[in-house]
Amino acid sequence: MIVSRKWLEAFLRQPLDSHDLTERLAMLGAPVDAVEQSHAAMADLVVGLVEAVEPHPDADKLSVCSVNDGGDELLQVICGAPNVTAGKRYPLARVGTTLPGGLTIEKRKIRGQVSRGMLCSARELEMGEDHTGILELVTEAAAGSSLLDALDLDDESLEVDVTPNRPDLLGHKGIARELAASYGRQFRLPTIPGGGMAIPAPIRADGAEGTTGGVRVAIEDPEGCPRFLGAVIRGVTIGPSPAWLRNRLEAVGIRSINNVVDATNYILIELGQPTHAYDLQTLRGSAIIARRAGDGEGLTTLDGKDRTASADMTLIADAEGAIGIGGVMGGETTEVRDTTTDIFLECASFQPSRIRRTRTDLGLSTDASFRFERGVDKWGAPDALRRCLEILLATAGGELDGSPVDVWPETTHPPRIFLRAERVRQVLGEDIPWAKLEEYLVAIGATVVSKPDDGRIAVDVPGWRPDLTEEIDLVEEVARMHGYDNFPSDLRPFRVGTLPDDPASVAVATVRDGLAAAGLNEVATMPMAGPDGEGCVAVLNPLSSQEGFLRRRLIPGLTRQVERNWALGVRDVRLFEVGTVFEAADPGQRPREEIRVAGVITGQWQPRHWSDGEMRDVNRWDVAGLFHRAVALAYPSATVQVDGESWVAVSPEGQETIGRTHRLDADAPPWAAPVYGFEVRVHPGTREIRRYQALPETPASTRDVSLLIPPGVTAAQVDRAMRVVKGTRLESLEVLSEFHGGDLPAGHRTVAFRLTFRDPQRTLRDKDVEKAFGRILAAVEREVGVAPRGAGEAPGEG
Amino acid sequence: MPTTGHEVLAALEARLAGIPDLDEAALEEEHIQVLGRKAGRLTSALKSIAELPVEERRTFGAELNRIKNAFEAAFAARRRVLSQAVRSRDEDVDRTMPPRRTWTGSLHPVTLVVDEIVDIFHRLGFAVALGPEAETEWLNFGALNFPPDHPALDMHDTLYLDVGGDPAPGDRMLLRTHTSPVQIRTLQASPPPVRVVIPGLCYRKDTFDASHAPAFSQIEGLAVDEGITFVDLKATLVHFAHDFFSPDTRVRFRPSFFPFTEPSAEMDIGCLLCGGSGCRACKGSGWMEILGCGMVHPHVLENCSVDPERYTGFAFGMGPHRIAMLRYGIPDIRMLFEGDMRFLEQIHA
Repeated sequence: MIVSRKWLEAFLRQPLDSHDLTERLAMLGAPVDAVEQSHAAMADLVVGLVEAVEPHPDADKLSVCSVNDGGDELLQVICGAPNVTAGKRYPLARVGTTLPGGLTIEKRKIRGQVSRGMLCSARELEMGEDHTGILELVTEAAAGSSLLDALDLDDESLEVDVTPNRPDLLGHKGIARELAASYGRQFRLPTIPGGGMAIPAPIRADGAEGTTGGVRVAIEDPEGCPRFLGAVIRGVTIGPSPAWLRNRLEAVGIRSINNVVDATNYILIELGQPTHAYDLQTLRGSAIIARRAGDGEGLTTLDGKDRTASADMTLIADAEGAIGIGGVMGGETTEVRDTTTDIFLECASFQPSRIRRTRTDLGLSTDASFRFERGVDKWGAPDALRRCLEILLATAGGELDGSPVDVWPETTHPPRIFLRAERVRQVLGEDIPWAKLEEYLVAIGATVVSKPDDGRIAVDVPGWRPDLTEEIDLVEEVARMHGYDNFPSDLRPFRVGTLPDDPASVAVATVRDGLAAAGLNEVATMPMAGPDGEGCVAVLNPLSSQEGFLRRRLIPGLTRQVERNWALGVRDVRLFEVGTVFEAADPGQRPREEIRVAGVITGQWQPRHWSDGEMRDVNRWDVAGLFHRAVALAYPSATVQVDGESWVAVSPEGQETIGRTHRLDADAPPWAAPVYGFEVRVHPGTREIRRYQALPETPASTRDVSLLIPPGVTAAQVDRAMRVVKGTRLESLEVLSEFHGGDLPAGHRTVAFRLTFRDPQRTLRDKDVEKAFGRILAAVEREVGVAPRGAGEAPGEG
Repeated sequence: MPTTGHEVLAALEARLAGIPDLDEAALEEEHIQVLGRKAGRLTSALKSIAELPVEERRTFGAELNRIKNAFEAAFAARRRVLSQAVRSRDEDVDRTMPPRRTWTGSLHPVTLVVDEIVDIFHRLGFAVALGPEAETEWLNFGALNFPPDHPALDMHDTLYLDVGGDPAPGDRMLLRTHTSPVQIRTLQASPPPVRVVIPGLCYRKDTFDASHAPAFSQIEGLAVDEGITFVDLKATLVHFAHDFFSPDTRVRFRPSFFPFTEPSAEMDIGCLLCGGSGCRACKGSGWMEILGCGMVHPHVLENCSVDPERYTGFAFGMGPHRIAMLRYGIPDIRMLFEGDMRFLEQIHA
């Protein structure tokens, strides 16, 4: 909602400061998003007083004017306007001033005479179309004073952010009411220049139809249009609006059209009540009816578009068909034109949710629909109609044909709400005395209809506040009027909550911290993506097809981020993400959600250091290691296994695969290293608490052995064969190296193991170790057919 | 080759005397020669004790042990001397050469912000609650007191999901537009007193630009108990602002509108960039909107079977993405979704 400072000043009858307004409105719940100088393009123009006019010696149509601009000397200005007259005041643009149209005035010679400025026409100031002469100012303002001041245009527009619950703030009156409460002043409607004539009160029709000025007004859809007021003015003259009306509208960014349209726009912006004027002569038959649309019924709206109505819409119709979409937009056929002489003025109420559906279906949001959707004061309609008539009669002339009619088949009243002082204290935490409560409620326009006796007061809320329907709404009004900043903010005793943290949040934190500690950088990717196979959940109304589905996996998003880094010339990339993935469930059911962690690595395995020489790139063993770490963090009870070329994590419950490593295909530049990734489910289960194991007090003995392993035998098989031998005191096994090729038989390799033996009770004797070592080697040969290539002694001793 | 015990001992003593003159390689060779497990002289001597007459074993064994200890001490002493010599040669090293670097992992800037907010509320007795990101229309809107066909819905440009079937209006699935549905889930599952904070991802049908992302984080708080008032709301959030930003942060509360709270408020803090004098970031007002809050609407409590006459509560919500951008001076929200390593390595805890 854009409001004009001067318009508010007219309500409050005091000068206002836009900075102060901004502050107060913010604290009332209607923050100001922007303040702009109105007519800013005219800010440099001044009032020029023409002291003398001489004919130009060398040009018939030009005059040489001596203009007083408030300076010590008179300015010589050459002027071509026929109406320039000595002793009168005109808009003066001095040298250096830029006109609204963009022209910057320079000192120049016109037919040999120097001109130091320009006297301007209305069109040059973009104040109207008149360019037959310069704009004569009706003012006593001093020469050289600001033109905006002299024209009463020194205004500012404030863009007020109005929340959807406050339709009353969609008009200057509502904002003035709030400010009046804030300043502790009264406010009144501004007087209408040329107004003040007697306007008869609308006459309530009996039932759902009535007549005014020979026009039958009927409501056939009382749900969609509960109240309809109308009046007929005959003999109007359509023409430009007077300056005061034009200035009001232009100050809030509405272009002046003609006196009739401007009057309805004025009421819209001042009172928040949409009204509509119909050209009576174009009406087919003499009836205006608010009714439900017939299916497929159509009309051409004011914007020239053909619209098809649906049965949920309320149409305004004449005897033969639709002439407007109720509460949204009028029709083209009955539009007020230059030739219009008789008008029918509508001031009606429409049901908010029906208007919302109508404008959604039509894709047509207007100033009217915006307000009706939020709720327009049904009870204020008669005053709005009369004020609109006052402006019309003052600016377009004509005569009211009979009393206006008020069709309101089912009278209603704004609600009465009971407010308990105890409830105010319970919610707000402060005791607010009765007198204050009443003062606050009166300030918002409510009527307090009974005095406190049983600890509560009855409050009749004003019609312009559809948001006030129950006690808590009044509690908020009390808090708002009291001022949120006037409540204390000292911490009082409270009970702490007893819920535990959600286990998933604990699991996620563990995973994040663990992978960051492993040298990976956490990122976020967009959960919306392109399709990714079966089971992908589609978004019904995506912004684009690239964002048409919810991700099933994290890895693709991370891969794209690797590619992005490559595009930026970054080769070493190590990312991880913890996020939700989605999978379609049975039709109509909630999609399955799962928190996962994924990581990707590429580039050097460690940062290069000058003392090391060439640094190798990441390989499968690096990702396998990270994967083991990630599984230990994310799903500690899972075990890692080999599955073809990948490592997988398998859950203990049901042997489900819950994680996997990947060698990724990416759009890689030639200098890029291979990319590896992994993805694992994050399991929010409870974490096993590891118990302390007594640390050994006896020394260990080690034995190294290099085994010649034939094709088809795995390290895991050898490992198992070694460990299953009983009574060996084998404590741990370590792989020292692997060797292929050389003079080994084809497909064979040697793998060196270090075996560590320890008896926690006593120091092992050499011969015990030798014996156990021998048994293990024999078992390996027996079980998996692997023999030592040469057993050796470990360097040093444990 | 010495054959008697005395000869053995004498030979070993002689070798012991030579140790302080050995260089590094010779020292290690000598170690193996003397103490090596398989063929070391001393080791063999120890093994040979078994062959001696019983009466000689004890004294010879004791002697050998003394010499073994002496050798170990001598080896250790010589090693120390040698390594000190190496270290003194090291003094010629240019220590301005770059040291070794390791990969420094990091948490996402938004994670850092969320973690810090959660920490503050943990200290105030709040626990962390979570909920699904795909939600029903009822839990996202209806249960939170959004009337159907109400303009308040326009504040939430909603992404709906195609899950098949023919859901009734309230059962339609959508991507939650705020974390507030978890308020309902928490209150329905646990009777008051409830104090939770709810971090999570939310979704709006917004074009991805410098200040909007179709998915963004939110962190929500909820406290419901007997006797909770607007004063508690203010006190808690002022404490938060002072803890999170700085103890001299200016804070103001002004009226606002959310269907699920009443009274509703926005909390502003003094502009972090200009300190309150007015700048472009705060649109000249000197204030920055930091969170929305309010007293839990009685209808919301009723929808969770909590008696609004007995219990009251407050709720609040804020956007860690925006807070992270303010805090770290990040000009474009898209940077938080791009995974640019150079960016990630700049911001650490």
